[in-house]
Amino acid sequence: MSDAAFVPDATDLAILRLLAGDATLSAAEIGRELGMTQPATWRRIRRLTEAGVIAGRRISVDMAALGFGVTVFLGIRLAARGRTSLEDFERAVTAIPEVQTVQHVLGQFDYRLRIHARDIADFERILRRRIMTLPGVGQVEANVMLSEERRPGPLGV
Amino acid sequence: MPDATDRRILRQLLADPGIANAELAERAGVTPASLWRRLERMRETGTIRATESRIDWRRLGYEVEVSLRFTLDKTDPRAFDDFIAAARRVPEVTEIQTFLGSVDLRLSVIARDMAHWQQIYRESILTLPHVTDSDALMLVSTIKDVQELPL
Repeated sequence: MSDAAFVPDATDLAILRLLAGDATLSAAEIGRELGMTQPATWRRIRRLTEAGVIAGRRISVDMAALGFGVTVFLGIRLAARGRTSLEDFERAVTAIPEVQTVQHVLGQFDYRLRIHARDIADFERILRRRIMTLPGVGQVEANVMLSEERRPGPLGV
Repeated sequence: MPDATDRRILRQLLADPGIANAELAERAGVTPASLWRRLERMRETGTIRATESRIDWRRLGYEVEVSLRFTLDKTDPRAFDDFIAAARRVPEVTEIQTFLGSVDLRLSVIARDMAHWQQIYRESILTLPHVTDSDALMLVSTIKDVQELPL
């Protein structure tokens, strides 16, 4: 895998559009859709995977049916900043099982987190016992997610 | 409703979404036939909504990712619908979430570089309707990004 960006052509983009909608499609099904042979489609998919453009799968599940009724996005600002405190904070926050996403950001906050909780009471427990006790944590802003839509992104049309 | 076995399957699947079915059956302690039946049923009932390929936008030359947060003018009943319809027309928008809290909406937006970001911001973001306030968080690095749930 080289460091230079992969430059996709129209066929690569069409394959990515289909796979971004359904990763379980076979090379034969994608080929039929795009008017290509199964081996030619398979070679394209392998090339996109080897280049790291296709980077695994995302399983979208019904969180509420699994007992996780509440998704919260947190913005966290550290109270005391410095290299050591960033590392301590990151080590502690990534160990919390309810935290799915941790991103270091620039702006009004230092970190953004995505948290899944069973309900609001469970979220309060996570917030008080796990988040507010993190090393270096300062201002915390919570927003409860109501809906989410993932878009295909710039894959041409 | 998913039972204990379904949950065991999902726990393993979410921890390793690219896992082969044979391996998944073994880790979840079910036969391949039973696994297939259960996965089918969870897809039919909507417990598993979709299995999508993840695209690494950096590999396609998109180096910039911004989390944009908006407050809308809620005196207009069409504010959310109009905003979301307009955001869907911006190809560089990869996620749209709505919230209950001080923020009404969030967009994830990707760009090739800062010049491209500036262009998207001026042409496609500043023109989004019903916005009363917005702020931007520029992604520095992703420390953790898993789908695993404490099931």
